[in-house]
Amino acid sequence: MFGEDIVMLSRMQFGLTALYHFLFVPLTLGMTFILGIMESVYVMTGREVYKDMVKFWGKLFGINFAMGVTTGLTLEFQFGTNWAYYSHYVGDIFGPLLASEGWMAFFLESTFVGLFFFGWDRLSKVQHLLVTWLLAIGTSVSALWILIANGWMQHPVGAEFNYETLRMEMTSFADVFFNPVAQVKFVHTVAAGYVTGSMFVLGISSWYLLNKRDIGFARRSFSIASAFGLASVLSVIVLGDESGYTSGETQKIKLAAIESEWETHPAPASFTVIGFPDQENRKTDYAVKIPYVLGLIATRSIDEDVKGLKDLREESVERIKSGMLAYDNLQKLRAGDLSAKPAFEAHKADLGYGLLLKKYTDKVVDANQDMIAKAANDTIPKVAPLFWTFRIMVACGFTMLFIFGMTFYYCATRVADQKRWLLRMAVWCIPLPWIAAETGWFVAEVGRQPWTISGVLPTHMSVSSLSADQLWFSIGGFALFYTVLLIIEMYLMLKYVRLGPSSLHTGRYCFEPRSAH
Amino acid sequence: MFDYETIRVIWWLFIGVVGIAFALTEGFDFGVGTLLPFVGRNDIERRVIINTVGATWEGNQVWLILLGGAIFAIWPAVYATLFSGLYAAMLLVLFSLFFRPAGFDYRGKIEDPRWRNTWDWCLFLGGSLPPVLLGVLVGNLILGLPFHLDQDLRAFYDGSFRALLSPFALLCGVTGLLLTTFHGALFLKWRSEGVIHDRAVLAVEALGPMLLLALAAATLWVFVGIERPEITQMAANDAPSNPLNKTVIGNGAGWFGHFMAHAWMWLAPVAGFAGLALAWWLGKGESRMGAFMFSSLGIAGIALTVGFGLFPFLLISATDPRSSLTLWDASSSHSTMLLAFWITVVFLPIVLLYTRWVYKIIWGSVTEASVLKDTHTLY
Repeated sequence: MFGEDIVMLSRMQFGLTALYHFLFVPLTLGMTFILGIMESVYVMTGREVYKDMVKFWGKLFGINFAMGVTTGLTLEFQFGTNWAYYSHYVGDIFGPLLASEGWMAFFLESTFVGLFFFGWDRLSKVQHLLVTWLLAIGTSVSALWILIANGWMQHPVGAEFNYETLRMEMTSFADVFFNPVAQVKFVHTVAAGYVTGSMFVLGISSWYLLNKRDIGFARRSFSIASAFGLASVLSVIVLGDESGYTSGETQKIKLAAIESEWETHPAPASFTVIGFPDQENRKTDYAVKIPYVLGLIATRSIDEDVKGLKDLREESVERIKSGMLAYDNLQKLRAGDLSAKPAFEAHKADLGYGLLLKKYTDKVVDANQDMIAKAANDTIPKVAPLFWTFRIMVACGFTMLFIFGMTFYYCATRVADQKRWLLRMAVWCIPLPWIAAETGWFVAEVGRQPWTISGVLPTHMSVSSLSADQLWFSIGGFALFYTVLLIIEMYLMLKYVRLGPSSLHTGRYCFEPRSAH
Repeated sequence: MFDYETIRVIWWLFIGVVGIAFALTEGFDFGVGTLLPFVGRNDIERRVIINTVGATWEGNQVWLILLGGAIFAIWPAVYATLFSGLYAAMLLVLFSLFFRPAGFDYRGKIEDPRWRNTWDWCLFLGGSLPPVLLGVLVGNLILGLPFHLDQDLRAFYDGSFRALLSPFALLCGVTGLLLTTFHGALFLKWRSEGVIHDRAVLAVEALGPMLLLALAAATLWVFVGIERPEITQMAANDAPSNPLNKTVIGNGAGWFGHFMAHAWMWLAPVAGFAGLALAWWLGKGESRMGAFMFSSLGIAGIALTVGFGLFPFLLISATDPRSSLTLWDASSSHSTMLLAFWITVVFLPIVLLYTRWVYKIIWGSVTEASVLKDTHTLY
């Protein structure tokens, strides 16, 4: 098989470029909806300030959108360039989902984004509003398809291995589409995007209010962001909890790793708030636990077990042994021995576990006890990073719930401008949704290791046949382009935030002499 | 609905349609980017040029994304082999595309001549490097790529990046650049007035003969200088996709022989050459839309010529002919192809309808006056 360095470098490149892409995606998801809301208010009330809000926040959205497009291209290329065997192995399922995203989402958002910026004088009010909403729908539909694709990687339903073509093939599109993991993930992720947009608008508006500039403009933006943000952050948390429940059903190892749950305790399981996971000795030091809570999250009951990692590892051992039989019979089948078919069918579901052994022996069937033990250890991801990143994500979520709750309350009581502590907090907390989103993806993807397709295709088999030199070339290129682009993007973003609505040159805002325009 | 063999042919046509749509639409965006620093001599002229494509380039680029996505969905093995095999080349295409979104969107955000001039050259690179690289890629599709598949259908690439840059492939790269620049000049002419319009006409006049010459040279080279493999035995056209179930010899009846054996295929190169020649003839004169339409016909003809020429191959292996991928043995499963077919049948017309609406809304000549009128909103 391939050297560990190739697998490591490929993972590093994909991880970093995907996380980088996701700096821009959530803001796009959230901003387009907020723009839609602001413009709806404009069309209903006819007040120019709302139009200015759409135009100004739209400018910031545009700076961000360009980066989203740029970095999104990378991901589409990268499945083929760096994960070629993955692409061959699951292209039959994964490909149509990406193509659907192209047909239903990319075209919609990319075609209408131009009209959003340049169509103001060429469209009626209602037409332009329609364009803005189509743009917003396009971005969320895009998230739908890619999360169905990602949901399938976490919980591959509706597909089956075909021994004649040596790959997974789709057996039920409905199962893939209505995959519970994907549905929950979609709502959780788009709502997180809406939170990101809200936090961004809220924080920047707070900064204007603190500086006592563009008060009317900022106050209206602030109210919309706090209302939309509160609704969204509640959805994120509720769906996050729902995510815990579906994981309890479908991704037991990931859930146990997040909770650093080494042993299966008598039901109902308690939730470890904090502690220090010790991978080597398979225990958690200094754990602070709340009884019942994990059992409730993961099983929605008080009498079902939440399996611990030690027991889950034992299950892996069994599945690896079954996977060896699957692999053995697959070789016979391919050599033309059709009598091996029933045995292959019986163990087919564990073929992926057999492939885990490819890391230790190319033949798979000759694996010894030691190799099986190693492969079983591999099925347990690194617990400590998951444990901590998950808690960072949750802490960010609840902090934002507090902020949106308070801002919404003070907006309703019309005293938000006077709560300077809250305004300051909103400014300083602008990074929180990004931290939450990045740590969230870290948990989802690292928690799935050692698989690219959970239980089906190990990560170390998924890579392209490349050399380390090739990977260093691409990583170097990404590092160069992405660094330069990020500096430029941040510079422009800050410049336009400072300019504020005066950048529209309407003559109505701070820094603009009354006579201007 | 459709049997496996039929749907394989339908999808071969559909992917051709998507590829042609990409070449036609992003083609003129690339061309306008290439011409930008030469046709526009100062900031306002360059803003006029950029805004001829400013509102629509993003939608056009989706055809490229969709082309990638459709190949992934329909010919996963092609997607895997091509993108990983031509690793450095594909990344260079990607990196050159990076210049475009930021170039369009960020250029106008700061009023500093050095800033804007830098982005103009970035847009030039973003408009000229992809057609060169994709031209080189098409050249190598015709020459065949050095790759093989192992027993697990894992693709291994046995060549180097430098080996892609053979004289023939470089000729194809130059042809690609001439094609998009010519097409872009016709588009620019259509959507501008005055000095930009006149310079675009000069570009059309100069580029036309060079393009036709390059195409003729490449065609001749293919017919006399390049071998074409031949399938001697393979599983049925509706068999499960496994490329290793066939026998291929490296040297068959040749490309010319292939066209002679399927005489109707000659329509494609005829449309290609005639379309481009007419586009040049009309483009030198008053015609705006007519010349552009003929150039579109020409590009479609050239794209179909390559597709027909390769048929039934998708990727030819130069080192292990048996590993070559064809539309019969490198496709996704029957049900996936049917699913993707229905999605396409529903969404292709919808996309075309709203794209047409958007073009209708923003259509009209872009002039210095129109740019200055909306100077704070336009690029």
